[in-house]
Amino acid sequence: MRETFYEVMRRQGITRRSFLKYCSLTASALGLGPAFAPTIAEAMETKPRIPVLWLHGLECTCCSESFIRSAHPLAKDVVLSMISLDYDDTIMAAAGHEAEAIIEEIIEKYDGNYILAVEGNPPLDEDGMYCIIGGKPFVEQLRKAAEHCKAIISWGSCASWGCVQAARPNPTRATPVHKVPGLADKPIIKVPGCPPIAEVMTAVITYILTFERFPELDRQGRPLMFYSQRIHDKCYRRSHFDAGQFVEHWDDEAARKGYCLYKMGCKGPTTYNACSTVRWNGGLSFPIQAGHGCIGCSEDGFWDKGSFYDRVTDTHQFGIEANADKVGFAAAGTVGAAAAAHLAVTAIKQAQHKGEQDQ
Amino acid sequence: MQTEINSGAVYVYEAPVRVWHWVNALSITLLAITGYLVASPLPSMSGEASDHFLMGYIRFAHFAAAYIFAVGFLGRIYWALVGNAYSRQLFTLPLHRPRFWKELLHEVRWYAFLEKEPKKYVGHNPLAHLFMVAIITVGGFIMLLTGFALYAEQTGLGSWQDSLFGWLIPLLGQSQDVRLWHHWGMWVIVVFVMLHVYVAIREDIVSRQSLISTMISGWRTFKDDRP
Ligand code: HEM
Ligand code: SF4
Ligand code: SF4
Repeated sequence: MRETFYEVMRRQGITRRSFLKYCSLTASALGLGPAFAPTIAEAMETKPRIPVLWLHGLECTCCSESFIRSAHPLAKDVVLSMISLDYDDTIMAAAGHEAEAIIEEIIEKYDGNYILAVEGNPPLDEDGMYCIIGGKPFVEQLRKAAEHCKAIISWGSCASWGCVQAARPNPTRATPVHKVPGLADKPIIKVPGCPPIAEVMTAVITYILTFERFPELDRQGRPLMFYSQRIHDKCYRRSHFDAGQFVEHWDDEAARKGYCLYKMGCKGPTTYNACSTVRWNGGLSFPIQAGHGCIGCSEDGFWDKGSFYDRVTDTHQFGIEANADKVGFAAAGTVGAAAAAHLAVTAIKQAQHKGEQDQ
Repeated sequence: MQTEINSGAVYVYEAPVRVWHWVNALSITLLAITGYLVASPLPSMSGEASDHFLMGYIRFAHFAAAYIFAVGFLGRIYWALVGNAYSRQLFTLPLHRPRFWKELLHEVRWYAFLEKEPKKYVGHNPLAHLFMVAIITVGGFIMLLTGFALYAEQTGLGSWQDSLFGWLIPLLGQSQDVRLWHHWGMWVIVVFVMLHVYVAIREDIVSRQSLISTMISGWRTFKDDRP
C-alpha cells in the first residue's frame, strides 16, 4: 500500500495544524476559495502519494532555484517532502549509480502512475551527445521516462519553448519537450518563465498531486489560473500607460516617478505571466516595480525577438534583419521621391506630346 | 475588363462601392496614424495620471476605426455578391487570361514612358487591379486577422474576438510576432496608398478616361472616341 500525502507529511514532522493551514493556503493560491480547503485536505489524507520524477536536461537550474524559494516555507516543505523522496538529482541526497537506480525503480514500480517533471530540454544534434546524464544522452532518458509516466510538466521556458540554448542559431538543436520526436503522447502542462514564479510552480504541482488532473489549460498548454492574462493587463503602472506618461530615459524624472516603461521596450503588453499579480520573492516586487521593463521571459523564443529595450523590435525572418519603422520610412521616402520624379517626366512628355500635336 | 469602348459614359461603381471606398480610405488613414502612435507614443504627459487619458483615446480611435474598417470589409464582400460585374473585381484576378498579362505589360510600359498612349478600361486597369487585390483585399484581411488577434488579448479569453481570432497568436509565434506583422502591414498599406493617390491623380490628367470623378459619381467617362 502506498502512503498518502498526509502520512508522508506527518512522517516529515509536519503537524496537523500546519497541514490544515497549508490546505487553505493552497486553495486560495489556486483561486479555488476557502470552501475547497477541506477538499484538498481530504484528498491529501486519502489519496496515495503520486511520485514525481524530476529530470534535468540542458538548463541552468533556475527553475529549481526558484522552486526551493517558494515564499511560504510551509508550502515549500510540504511540496519538497512530496518530491525529493523520489528523484531530483539537484536536491536529492543520493548520487551517481544510486541515483540512476532510483529512476529505474520509479519507472518500474509506478509504471504509468508517476508525474514526469522536466527542467531544461534535450539537444537533438549528434544523437543528443550535447547533454549526457549518467553516461547516456538525456533525450533517451527523457523518452524512456515519458513512455511510462502519467503526465509531463514542462518547467520553465527551456522545457516549454527552448529558451536560451535554443536561441538562434541553436547550435545543438535544443528542442522543447513537446517537440521531441518519438516522445510518448502524454498530456503536457507548460509552466514557462525564466524561471517560473515559485508560488506558481508549487501551486501547479499541488493541484496536480491533489486532484490527479491538470488545471484548466490555454491553447498552448499553460495553466489558465496563472497565464491567462498579460503582465500589462494587471500592471500597477497601467494608469500611466493609459494617460500617456512614459519613461523616455532611464534617468529621467518620469523614471523616478514610476511612469510606464513602454517606450523603454517593456514587453508586458506581449507577455503572459503572473508577475504583476503574484510578484516575486514572496510578493515583494517584480521587475517593473524595480524600474525595469518586462523582457518577456515566459514567451516563446523571447531571446530571438529583438532588443529587450525596443518597443518596435527588429524583424528576423526570411533572412531579413530589419526594423519595420526604419524600412517603412525609407520606403515611403523613396516612393515619394520616385513619384515626384515620375511626375516631372510625365510633365515633360506631356509638353512634348502637345508640341508634336501643335505642329 | 473590356478595353475597346467608345466615349459613351459607363456606370461602373454603384453607390455602396463608392461610399465604401471613401469610408475605407478615411478609416485606413486614421488606423495608420493612430496605429503608429500606439507603437511610438507622443512625448510623455506630465502631472497626475488621472488628469490624462491620451493613450487611451488614441487606442480608442484605433479600435473605433478598426470596427468601421471591419464592417466595411464585410459589407464590401456582400456587395461583391449582389453588385454589378465591376464590384467583383476586388475579389477576382483573371490570371488565366493571356489578355490580362498582355495588358498588364502594356500598363507597366505606359508607366515607364515606353508607350505613347494608355489603353482605356471601364473597370480597373490590370496593374491597378493586381495591386488592389493584393493590398486592399489580401492585405486588409491580414490586418483584420492580426488586428483582431491583438484586440482579443485585451478583451480576454472567452471573448468572441478570442474565439474567432485568438488562434493566430501561437500560429505566428507569440504576441510580439503578431504585433510585428501588423506593424509591417501598416507600412505596406501606407506605401500603396501613396502610389495609389499619385497614380489616380496623374491618370485622371494624362490618361484617356476619368478616375477620381468616377469614384464620386460612379460614371466612367472617356476623353476620346478612339478604341
Ligand atoms: C489598415 C488597417 C490597420 C493599420 C494600418 C493598423 C496599424 C497598427 C499599428 C502600426 C499598430 C502598432 C503595432 C505595434 O505595437 O508595433 C497597431 C496596433 C493595434 N491594432 Fe491596428 N491597424 C489596422 C487595423 C486594425 C484592425 C482591423 C484591428 C482590429 C481590432 C486593429 C487592432 C489593433 C490592436 C488591438 C493593436 C494593439 C493596440 C495596443 O497594444 O494598445 N488594427 N495597429
Ligand atoms: S510598464 Fe510595461 S506592463 Fe506596465 S503598463 Fe507599462 S508597458 Fe504595460
Ligand atoms: S516581468 Fe516579464 S521578464 Fe520579468 S519575470 Fe515576469 S514575465 Fe519574465
